Amino acid sequence: MRRPARYSALGLLTRGLTGRKWPRLWSQHDLRRSYDVVIVGAGVHGLACAYYLAKVHGITNVAVLDKGWLGGGGSGRNTAILRSNYLTPEGIRFYDRSLHLYRRMSAELNFNVMFSQRGHLTLAHSDAALRTMRWRAEVNVLQGVDSRVVDAAEVKTLVPSLDVSPHSAHPILGALYHPPGGIIRHDAVVWGYARAAAALGVQLHQETEVSDILVEGGDGPSGKGPGGRVTGVRTSRGDISARVVVNCAAGWASTVAQLAGLTLPITTIPLQAAVTEPVKVFLPAVVVSGSLHVYVSQTDRGELVFGAAVDPVAAYSTRGSLEFVEGLASNILQLMPGIARMRLLRQWAGLCDMTPDYSPIMGGTPVDGFFVDVGWGTYGFKAGPVSGEQMAACIATGRTPELIRAFDLARFTEDRLVGEKGAAAVGH
Amino acid sequence: MLLVACPHCGPRDAADFHYLGATNPRPDPTDTTAPAWRTYLHLRANVAGWQQETWYCRACRRHVVLERNTVTNEFRDPPVDPLGGAS
Repeated sequence: MRRPARYSALGLLTRGLTGRKWPRLWSQHDLRRSYDVVIVGAGVHGLACAYYLAKVHGITNVAVLDKGWLGGGGSGRNTAILRSNYLTPEGIRFYDRSLHLYRRMSAELNFNVMFSQRGHLTLAHSDAALRTMRWRAEVNVLQGVDSRVVDAAEVKTLVPSLDVSPHSAHPILGALYHPPGGIIRHDAVVWGYARAAAALGVQLHQETEVSDILVEGGDGPSGKGPGGRVTGVRTSRGDISARVVVNCAAGWASTVAQLAGLTLPITTIPLQAAVTEPVKVFLPAVVVSGSLHVYVSQTDRGELVFGAAVDPVAAYSTRGSLEFVEGLASNILQLMPGIARMRLLRQWAGLCDMTPDYSPIMGGTPVDGFFVDVGWGTYGFKAGPVSGEQMAACIATGRTPELIRAFDLARFTEDRLVGEKGAAAVGH
Repeated sequence: MLLVACPHCGPRDAADFHYLGATNPRPDPTDTTAPAWRTYLHLRANVAGWQQETWYCRACRRHVVLERNTVTNEFRDPPVDPLGGAS
């Protein structure tokens, strides 16, 4: 197998001088008739799962299929914020492992993912919110995660552009400060995993839509559903036989699970985001206001990236709306009146696969060989690496790792929900 | 802007409505089973396409059942109106 050119300062210099072209990050292949593992969805979750299957478990006969292109769904539409200041012990442990993997990702993948741990502030505008921040800080500290509650004066020191005056309509009483949080280049994460997985023998197939999942022996119509066993998938480029199929389809997770005869506890809701023109760097941290439904960070290029609340109507549509921009602008200006004359460049939407308890669904299903890594809602991107690592272990060993055991599908039939709504940055 | 056609008030901005989601008939609590109740509570068809759903119109203060395509956000008249258009 041809190894990809290693990126280094020396490589950059010599190629700069000689004009020799860099090789492609991954190559295209014909579809094989059979794979050990077929992963549906080539976003950060699917690619990370493929990478860890090959890297850690030596399973390289893997195909990652996507009906669109690499990272074209949630992986390219999120606001690239990373943090681990969650509310439940299960959530904190899990997201902190992800942060750990993100920290060493550039070195491990030999690909600059531009992770900047600039700190993350969740503002509290009421006593009730401050109480939740204290709760989160205490649970975080017990799990070894660096989080603490800071008062309004310290908020002003950390982010001078915030209006902390007590006369504001939504006064800032304090904040949950999480120094390890930050932002990253999300496309680079996708490309880094794609390149590393491809180098280990994983095949990436774009514009390859899965139209059916072949299941036999199940209780449902045509042998699908609980009790069945996966035998392969039907795609727009032909049939593939495979004993393991992994659903990493994010917003489209329900439609993929339906192909195997399973109904999931998921509702797909669009989440919009927007970006401004680039300006000189002035925002040193990621700022979130749950009550005002807005979060903002400044990219290395100087643009402000905003997110807000999920849309009020469930849909698979990624059209933006004027209501979103109006609401966003009025909310952010209450926090930062100084940016009133900045102009928005564009807005977009991604699809969030929301679960009833705001925690993901990971692991095996009642259909043997059909795995899910879904239900990510608005938390999906930051969980990419750890999900890939844990799902790969789950598939390779046949046992659900301790770190993701709480997130199994069976929790909805056994009343073991993991309520994570209190840690949401996005408004719901 | 999403236009929602209320059968009583005519087409209005979606902001005048509260969206309640796909119609999800509740099993009778007196003679249902635990699994059936959990299915009602948690499982969602989450259709990518036409689905029947309930909206609350804040103008006429009535629940209305409409059919919407969740991919294109188009509406069409539902074949039957199980709530009779009244709340």
